[in-house]
Amino acid sequence: MPTSESAVTSGHFGPYGGRFVPEALTAALDELDAVFRSAIIDPDFIAQLTQLELSYTGRPSPLTRADRFAVHCGGARVYLKREDLNHTGSHKINNALGQALLTQRMGKTRMIAETGAGQHGVATATAAALLGLECTVFMGEEDTRRQALNVVRMQLLGAEVISVTAGSRTLKDAINEAMRDWVATVERTHYVLGTVTGPAPFPEVVRYFQAVIGREAREQIQLAEGRLPDAVVACVGGGSNAMGLFSGFMDDPSVQLRGYEAGGDGVETGRHAARFAAGSPGVLHGTRTYVMQDEWGQTIPSHSISAGLDYPGVGPEHSWLHDSGRAKYEPVNDDEAMDAFALLSRTEGIIPAIETAHALAGAIRVGRELGSDAVIILNLSGRGDKDVATAARWFGIGAPEGIEMVEGR
Amino acid sequence: MSRRLSEVFLQAKSANRAALIGYLPAGFPTVDASVELMNAMIDAGVDAIEVGLPYSDPLMDGAEIQFAVDLALTTGTTTDVVLDVVGRLDGTRAAVLVMSYWNPIERFGVERFAKHLAAAGGNGVITPDLTPEEAGSWLTATRAHGIDTIFLVAPSSTDDRISTVVKNTSGFVYAASTMGVTGARSQVGAGAQALVARTQMATDLPIAVGLGVSTGAQAHEVAAYADGVIVGSAFIRCIRATPDLPAAICAVRALADELAEGVHR
Ligand SMILES: Cc1ncc(COP(=O)(O)O)c(C=O)c1O
Repeated sequence: MPTSESAVTSGHFGPYGGRFVPEALTAALDELDAVFRSAIIDPDFIAQLTQLELSYTGRPSPLTRADRFAVHCGGARVYLKREDLNHTGSHKINNALGQALLTQRMGKTRMIAETGAGQHGVATATAAALLGLECTVFMGEEDTRRQALNVVRMQLLGAEVISVTAGSRTLKDAINEAMRDWVATVERTHYVLGTVTGPAPFPEVVRYFQAVIGREAREQIQLAEGRLPDAVVACVGGGSNAMGLFSGFMDDPSVQLRGYEAGGDGVETGRHAARFAAGSPGVLHGTRTYVMQDEWGQTIPSHSISAGLDYPGVGPEHSWLHDSGRAKYEPVNDDEAMDAFALLSRTEGIIPAIETAHALAGAIRVGRELGSDAVIILNLSGRGDKDVATAARWFGIGAPEGIEMVEGR
Repeated sequence: MSRRLSEVFLQAKSANRAALIGYLPAGFPTVDASVELMNAMIDAGVDAIEVGLPYSDPLMDGAEIQFAVDLALTTGTTTDVVLDVVGRLDGTRAAVLVMSYWNPIERFGVERFAKHLAAAGGNGVITPDLTPEEAGSWLTATRAHGIDTIFLVAPSSTDDRISTVVKNTSGFVYAASTMGVTGARSQVGAGAQALVARTQMATDLPIAVGLGVSTGAQAHEVAAYADGVIVGSAFIRCIRATPDLPAAICAVRALADELAEGVHR
């Protein structure tokens, strides 16, 4: 059974993970591994990171009890871990700041990043501005349209945004393009991967920087309830916000770990991003994990209303948690997610990111399953400002005169 | 290990030249055309053919090869088809290799792939995103079927890494001339010669240089210090510049002729 400690053996999580990359990147990954391992035992590094979390990100993020929303969750007590209140509006900043500090430690001057929803791109651009580093962000053309607000934010922060027109023009293709840039510029460039996937040591590095979510939530729930939760719930794109929350409870067998992936139009339609429901183990973007692939091992493009969950792979540790049964994963379709999006907005006054809305739909299911005695923590991974145009279209809300709506999908 | 590749390099050496290795994705621009084009390359004196197995996420490839494999995928070039293409090449006059990203091989079945490739007359496989650390079952399967495993070294490889890589390599070592993706370049990476020299310290295997070579002059320059010269994107570019298959065959022959001339020392 996976635990927080047993996880990594030379970059593997059970049969998953590893490093499937061109030889040219091996040296850079080895360097990252060495610098990461020396940093996390260096009190100066930890102090620097903690100071940024406190004074810049605004940590700890609150744990908000959501009673009006909880009415719809079988009456369970539902708590929201408010990563939406972080500077830049999502959990992505936790990892971006951490890796930006590693970039400096490696003596590199440029960061590149892939982004789907744009939140990781914004977080990396922000960290780059703060630390005086160059920044280039790769984003699928499809995503630059549906998350146009974040494209502008990145540009305002001084980053260069490259719109990727290869393949399905979404997150998967942005990662390919970032890797291609990295191979050619690796001497001065660090690739700030935005989620717990990719070649070792990325899954471990990103989990480390996101683990602050689970650590805080564990303390906060014990203060609020005097006990551990029955379930912790998160949406799973690559899986970084989920891994951050789960890692705080990995060694508590009484706490169920629940992840929600994008069911898109429905798993049966083939238009989804449900790696666990409809994928199989394979290798994508440098790691062995569950992948949406055809019988020949070609990647099948994913679909989701949520750009941040629209990815045909998933972090390798999740694959291991899945196979071992320690965590459970289910798909949530677009319409169920959007219902939950509306519900949270109207019951709690919090407009969530559409990614997060998948976790909200999951919490409704879990609450109904576990009943009114249950305590549930949900990772509110991000705020919904970036999704306003998509939501307006979905709900048929017209734009008032004089307000230009940016075309979503 | 297949003897075919060592033969090819020995023959080239005794003719005082480097071996010429040409790459084309199976299924580009169509399956039948790719067979004809590769056989034309063999006619023109290419010593080994690298048959590209089209993959949806070719993260080590530049625009030219991305374009070609995208097209090959839309025309239904599955792994079965690639193996069939291998069988249709004139293996008596050139060694036949497959270049494949790892996932299609893993999905096909590692043992099954090695077996089918051997049955089709293939001699080796280049795996750009597989390093020896992850290659346990692959090494076992390929050895059992006499298939060479060609791994890469790069300018960033430490001497330690180079020795790990060459220990697991057979046939020849693929030296990536530059830190970057595939694609024709106006100059072959300045680090290539140094990389070849460092690799020679670690192995007696032949060493072939790839990435960025596109002209006879560049091939000549590389042949001065390496045992083989690998050319890919330039063939795709010249095929794309022609209106039809007969013209493409002519163009490919002309380029292969030029390169075959260039590899003479
Ligand atoms: C708010 C929010 N939540 C979740 C995700 C999904 O990423 P992950 O699964 O790595 O947390 C994203 C990604 O863009 C996001 O912006």
